[in-house]
Amino acid sequence: MGKKDFEMTWHDIEIGAIVTEAGNAAEYKTGDWRSQRPIFDKEKCVKCGICAKFCPEPCIVADDEGYFAADLYWCKGCGICAHECPKDAITIVQEEQ
Amino acid sequence: MSRRVGTEASFAIADAAKLADVDVVAAYPITPQTHIVERLSELVADGELDAEFVCVESEHSAMSACLGSSAAGARTFTATAGQGLELMHEVLYIAASSRLPIVMTVANRALSGPLNVWGDHSDVMAVRDCGWIQYFTENAQEVFDLTLCAFKIAEDPKVLFPVMVHLDGFHVSHVVEPLEELEQDDLDGFIPQIALPHPLDPNRPVSVGCFGPPVIYSECRKAQEEALRPTKETIVNVWKEFGDRFGRLYKPVETYRTEDAETLFVAMGSFTETARLAIDSLRDKGEKAGLIRLRLWRPFPFEEFRDAVSGAKNLIVFDRALSYGGPGGPVCCEIRSALYREKERPAIVNFIGGLGGRDITPQQFEDMYHRGREIIEKNLDIEYETIGVRE
Repeated sequence: MGKKDFEMTWHDIEIGAIVTEAGNAAEYKTGDWRSQRPIFDKEKCVKCGICAKFCPEPCIVADDEGYFAADLYWCKGCGICAHECPKDAITIVQEEQ
Repeated sequence: MSRRVGTEASFAIADAAKLADVDVVAAYPITPQTHIVERLSELVADGELDAEFVCVESEHSAMSACLGSSAAGARTFTATAGQGLELMHEVLYIAASSRLPIVMTVANRALSGPLNVWGDHSDVMAVRDCGWIQYFTENAQEVFDLTLCAFKIAEDPKVLFPVMVHLDGFHVSHVVEPLEELEQDDLDGFIPQIALPHPLDPNRPVSVGCFGPPVIYSECRKAQEEALRPTKETIVNVWKEFGDRFGRLYKPVETYRTEDAETLFVAMGSFTETARLAIDSLRDKGEKAGLIRLRLWRPFPFEEFRDAVSGAKNLIVFDRALSYGGPGGPVCCEIRSALYREKERPAIVNFIGGLGGRDITPQQFEDMYHRGREIIEKNLDIEYETIGVRE
């Protein structure tokens, strides 16, 4: 896609508002929806990856050491990761904190 | 070679879909549309039509299945009526905004309640704004011809919009009429192969029916509107080509004895035939009466309509639907709006009748003529009048 959504005029809309580029949902910053975010506690984390499997975005990935963290570009703060974590290693906090 | 046969209008529509060689029919039976899809299911079952007939569980599913098959590039047909059209409602908008060339016959039927399976235009008017091309037909021949044309119009690369072909439930759908039936050889390339710009294809993935947040929704709607308005030119050209090839010419606005007419009726669908009898009778009595048949409903033929009424003193608009608590009949409301900026415009009166299958006779059209002129001459403060209701 050339232009970003906010740059496109009605002349730029593909017929039927069809999206011809596969997988471009990844460009959509769902992180804007967030009012809470997850905090990952490496002391409690056992690197099981259950949080990543349940993340609906999915935006939780492991770092070089194997610890998991959410990419806040997409994270909506839904809290499913914290709910599913068997070690209570994830805490949901208000954004302003 | 075309041949003259006697056939029920519903069967003529099914035969037109067969001649157009549809790939998919997804439909749910509902009175008074039933015979159309019943006939198509027989044609498929008997091997006379090589198509997929999808027996869906509702009209919402019918239009949803049509959406999918059309997006995949299949020539897609369905038919419905009244409550069925309402159950499709939300999907109609998606078919139009996705620019899918589905063709649908609507056997116009009143909306409940009270529950009523007979004809009027309240179903049409409730889907007025769904973005489809829509036109009216008045008899079996017209609906046969204009169903064939609908595929050619819908699939034209300059159009790519779904098309709704309206006929009056029962008054036309269930009537056996003489029909000049065309055969496959006659058509000979009249409807080209369907070729969508972006059909669903695993090798060229696209997404249809996507999310449109506030940042892009207005642009999508503007693009849709700007694409729909000029389709009138293609519609006129297709009807002209049909007329040149098969001898029956259709126009967005058609007139009957309007030359030197002072008072014009405006009507749609089969009641225009009744109105013509009244016009003949009024003319015999020396009255300068004429008729405008509004054929194309969307996109609305503003220029053609203004031309047709120019010079007339009085306009009597006959609506078969009512906008409750509003200005009267929806067609009259649009016509008032279409003429508002004209420097010289006729006086306009609105009658509503023929609701829920109630007949309107030629005599009642004559009554409307005289009462309409009385309303205008006495400048009576009347938004609209209902014809044929017991007081």
